[in-house]
Amino acid sequence: MIYLQLFICFLQVGMFSIGGGYAAIGLIQSLVVEQRGWITMQEFLDLITIAEMTPGPITVNSATFVGIAVAGTPGAIAATLGCIFPALFLVTLLAYIYDRYKDLSILQSILASLRPAVVALIASAGVSILLEVLFAGEAMMLSNLNWIGGILFLAGFLVIRKLKWSPILVMCVCGICNLVINTLLH
Amino acid sequence: MRKNTLLWKLFTIMLYISTFTFGGGFVIVSLMKSKLVDELHWIDEQEMLDLAAIAQSTPGAIAVNGAILVGYRVAGILGVIVSVIGTILPPMIVLSIISVFYELFATNPYVSLVLKGMQAGVAAMILDVVLGLGSTILKTRSWVYYSIMIGAFIATFFYKVNVVYIILTSTLIGICLVVYKQRVGVEHV
Repeated sequence: MIYLQLFICFLQVGMFSIGGGYAAIGLIQSLVVEQRGWITMQEFLDLITIAEMTPGPITVNSATFVGIAVAGTPGAIAATLGCIFPALFLVTLLAYIYDRYKDLSILQSILASLRPAVVALIASAGVSILLEVLFAGEAMMLSNLNWIGGILFLAGFLVIRKLKWSPILVMCVCGICNLVINTLLH
Repeated sequence: MRKNTLLWKLFTIMLYISTFTFGGGFVIVSLMKSKLVDELHWIDEQEMLDLAAIAQSTPGAIAVNGAILVGYRVAGILGVIVSVIGTILPPMIVLSIISVFYELFATNPYVSLVLKGMQAGVAAMILDVVLGLGSTILKTRSWVYYSIMIGAFIATFFYKVNVVYIILTSTLIGICLVVYKQRVGVEHV
């Protein structure tokens, strides 16, 4: 049965992709493109492009895309359930353990050491996104600088920090401003 | 707040947050922080960081794991289910629509201009969140935690070290600290 196959395939994706979306890409490629041939390599590359342009984790995006391609909407649901299934059990269990034992001194100490690392990971993700905005993958030189993106970034930061605007509102306003400014300039 | 009202609020918040999570798990962590910690005060800042650490070090997408942890924290098992459905619905719906005419979408210059601009907003939000969280770490006045923060940043940003190793190393440091404190009996390291 195709739904079961989709479920099991994405169950593996959900189980073995640790540490963010990019770890999942290789796994999805080998399971979906190479082993099953459910989508072609070109379709897979399109999928990655779309996944980066749309909201949501890459695993859920791929599950929906592949599920629809293979077996329509029910296929998308089967595949998505598969990829969240392992986390649903494991992470709920950890949530329970955290809730119950977070006051133990050993867990307190581990968590206190993890917090600065997590701040660093978030900061690193932020700097990568900022560099992508400013230089779009080109060399970091003044001639490659995307001024409009830089100004939007600074303005957005000030508005969030000083005026306490909702970050989502700021994201949307930045998106529209970028479209309008670039369309007017060219 | 009545249980049903709470669950409905949790669902709509996750739906809203998930709709705007472009690019990577840490974007959703930042959004959760500004919504659930700063705005609603459902979770405190330290807990949010703990949940982010757990979400990062377990299999699966950070966004889904984060939703499970937050859901459990706010409303138990029912909260987990509601929160996860809220998180996966937006990408499922958007992807279903786009997969029908994806070539049009992926090559449209106007779409990419809007997305590019939104990235600038995302970077601004993350900077704001990092400044808030970073000052909490600075308040610990502990050179160990300062070193972890700086070391983890260098490892992940410059050397692209796998996140799993960073989490494992920090965990080990935490265990060593607790053993050391018990042996020596010092309060501050």
